[in-house]
Amino acid sequence: MADEASIDTSGVTGEGVRRRDFINIAAVSFAGVGGAAVLLPLVSQMAPSADVLAQSSTEIDISAIQPGQAIKAVFRKQPVFIRNLTPEEIAAAEKVDTSSLRDPQTLEERTKEGKTNWLITMGVCTHLGCVPLGAGEGEVKGEFGGYFCPCHGSSYDTAARIRKGPAPKNLEVPEYAFTSDTVVKIG
Amino acid sequence: MVRLFGPLVGLFFAVALLWSFGNGAYTAITEPAAPTAEHEFHLHPKEVHFASDGAFGKFDKAQLQRGFQVYKEVCSTCHSMKHVAFRDLAALGYSEAEVKAIAKEWGAKQPTFDPKTGERAERDNIPSDYFPTVYYAGQGVPPDLSLITKARHDGGAYVHSLLTGYQEQPAELLKKFPDAKTPDGLYYNPYFANLNLAMPAPLTGEGQVTYSDGTKATVDQMATDVSAFLIWTAEPKLDKRKQTGWAVLGFLLVATVLAYLAKKNVWADKKGE
Amino acid sequence: MSFPWANEYKPANGLTQWLDEKLPLPRFVYNAVGAGYPVPRNLNYMWNFGVLAGFCLVLQIVTGVILAMHYAANAGVAFDSVEHIMRDVNWGWMLRYAHANGASAFFVVVYLHIFRGFFYSSYKAPREMIWLLGVVIFLLMMATAFMGYVLPWGQMSFWGAKVITGLFGAIPVVGEPLQVWLLGGYAPDNAALNRFFSLHFLLPFVIAGVIILHIWALHIPGSSNPTGVEVKQESDTVPFHPYYTAKDGFGLGIFLLIYCAVLFFAPNMLGHPDNYIPANPLSTPAHIVPEWYFWPFYAILRAFTSDFFFIPAKLMGVLAMFSAILVWFFLPWLDTSPVRSGHYRPLFRKFFWLLLIDVAVLGYCGGAPAAEPFVMISQIASMYYFLHFLVILPIVSSIEKPEPLPFSITEAVLGKDESAVLNANPAAA
Repeated sequence: MADEASIDTSGVTGEGVRRRDFINIAAVSFAGVGGAAVLLPLVSQMAPSADVLAQSSTEIDISAIQPGQAIKAVFRKQPVFIRNLTPEEIAAAEKVDTSSLRDPQTLEERTKEGKTNWLITMGVCTHLGCVPLGAGEGEVKGEFGGYFCPCHGSSYDTAARIRKGPAPKNLEVPEYAFTSDTVVKIG
Repeated sequence: MVRLFGPLVGLFFAVALLWSFGNGAYTAITEPAAPTAEHEFHLHPKEVHFASDGAFGKFDKAQLQRGFQVYKEVCSTCHSMKHVAFRDLAALGYSEAEVKAIAKEWGAKQPTFDPKTGERAERDNIPSDYFPTVYYAGQGVPPDLSLITKARHDGGAYVHSLLTGYQEQPAELLKKFPDAKTPDGLYYNPYFANLNLAMPAPLTGEGQVTYSDGTKATVDQMATDVSAFLIWTAEPKLDKRKQTGWAVLGFLLVATVLAYLAKKNVWADKKGE
Repeated sequence: MSFPWANEYKPANGLTQWLDEKLPLPRFVYNAVGAGYPVPRNLNYMWNFGVLAGFCLVLQIVTGVILAMHYAANAGVAFDSVEHIMRDVNWGWMLRYAHANGASAFFVVVYLHIFRGFFYSSYKAPREMIWLLGVVIFLLMMATAFMGYVLPWGQMSFWGAKVITGLFGAIPVVGEPLQVWLLGGYAPDNAALNRFFSLHFLLPFVIAGVIILHIWALHIPGSSNPTGVEVKQESDTVPFHPYYTAKDGFGLGIFLLIYCAVLFFAPNMLGHPDNYIPANPLSTPAHIVPEWYFWPFYAILRAFTSDFFFIPAKLMGVLAMFSAILVWFFLPWLDTSPVRSGHYRPLFRKFFWLLLIDVAVLGYCGGAPAAEPFVMISQIASMYYFLHFLVILPIVSSIEKPEPLPFSITEAVLGKDESAVLNANPAAA
């Protein structure tokens, strides 16, 4: 191949060849870096947009929830259960020996100090993400009196801890804080 | 075939065009287009300089805050701004708490609907809400202002010129076009496309708003500030866009020089191109 | 077909050897745009635009697929979803401006590619098929661009859709039912918006398919060149890679510099302010214009202002506008000159530049308001446009006396003496 031969043996010194190679390699590397940099916006455009992030915290008025009652609120487009536990339910939860649990946690660890009656958890079963029953009026609470997931039969107790069924973890407690006695800010 | 029909088709179109041309020329001579008041008295926007102009221009946050104040106190009763959310105001330099307070105290509330009872009510705005739509029952349709400076030629200067351009209808205009008298309920403004608009002059006098930063609130100052603010609402990513642009152009310049040298290299032993 | 001296693909290792036996894709690429494709050594920078057009298509498909992840094709929310992209989606403003200005960049590049073809008569035998496929690509691009412009559902989107589908209404008898069928209604609305979105997504992939045919057809005779003299010997060519990959790389750099300067510093320069006003079926903008790349054709459409015998002016305009592009299909048979390149055709060259000015004038008139003197100027300019292709070109190509051609590409590049040495001793190349 006369053409290929002519590229390599065009009479330049060894040093000249190295300098020339360097420029070609630099040009190709630059193109590579540019191509990689373009990937950044192409990938990050799929991450949550500003309007979605703006809704990542929710304030909820809990003044109307009587002991024994629960509500379903929406947090980050997912259900969150807010439950006002009765003294009996608190007692039932505290009676349980945590070492016997699959995901050992006490009720105190799952609630805020001085507000043990307010159990706030995600309404998302830790098994495969269904919404468990038990927060709505008249719904089955399962054999442990907390929540029951109809998809695969996971039962949660009054502290929303997993007691029976395939779910690996207790219902998740989201980050939250009481901004006043009647308002809780989730997220 | 092609060489036979081609010229025939070409001549067909040419003759048809000649016919149109002849008719047009005849009409232009016998019935010259009458001049209109819009054509003769409409003015292009004034020359106005904004901090965000040019390739190096950046928003002046203090000015945007003043402009927002003018929008809030003067424009917002009639003009919506539905593409902007309260949370976006953080870009003007407001803190999270300030944004929350602005949202809460905003005059127009968010409409709510209870699907259970069918009741309609209102609640206070929160930062994630968009500016609530306002409705105007009077004459004219106040346009949404979110995009106004991109929806008009020379947007910022146009808004400024319109706000400061109200005047008496010139006597010369009335003399020339007696039918073009500004109708009742409309106001003469040479910067508006058809010269008469339904909005009365919104900026009426110095001190109409009180700027917290001590800037003197002349009509011209308020008009410039609110125009700057509306440039921001239309293109909130302007600063980031230019910043990214310089980085990209810088990179491309180096890459192109390298590509040129590499090309010279590759072609070094081949004469000509 | 390729030239007998083309480099042959040799697998470098066991893996490529194995791949070459099962699916010789690397060999295919090597022969198409690699060292295995011999290209005339004398191509000038006008030959960069084919590769750039391919780049633009990829750019449009990548940004377009991403925008489709955020856009909502519903007349109620389409406009808002575009604003959502501009304000809230991460880098959304950049992706949308890249796509909108990418369409303009694509047309700039393709127009230069087409005018390269006009000047060097790239459409002549044996390359007619490449040209015909190119015109098909251009038509598909126009359809895609038009439908894409409707999607933001601003005032220009809406009225553009109404006016352009209205053109079909000019067709006798079937016109009006056809227009209603195209829109799925009596005016552009949800149905039209959704089908335009669907087709706008589909057509670029059809374009990609026709581009493959276009390049396939190109590889049969090989690339043309500025002399128009066919390749005769090995010293007339260089392998595509690295020679033209390097040159295209530099061209891409220049292109990106200009494109990014517009994208980041004047992204709305080529757009129209009215498209930032949401579509309003009850109010027409004072001055409807299509995007700049349609202006010459729009000027031809509007140039017909009087009925011609029994043919209504509206129908004449529509016929002429479509004919203005259809006439390109016949170019290989209208221009009968034995010489290709405009460099050696003194008379043809003069008319070529006249055509270029004519199209620029048409473009200007197409973007101007429909008032005098623009209508009369566009009538004269349209007249020249048709006469150029259908009357002047056949006459010029038969009466013109071309200038002498070089014997070969090598001779054109190196001069007669060096070329003679080379012919005696090809290894010295």
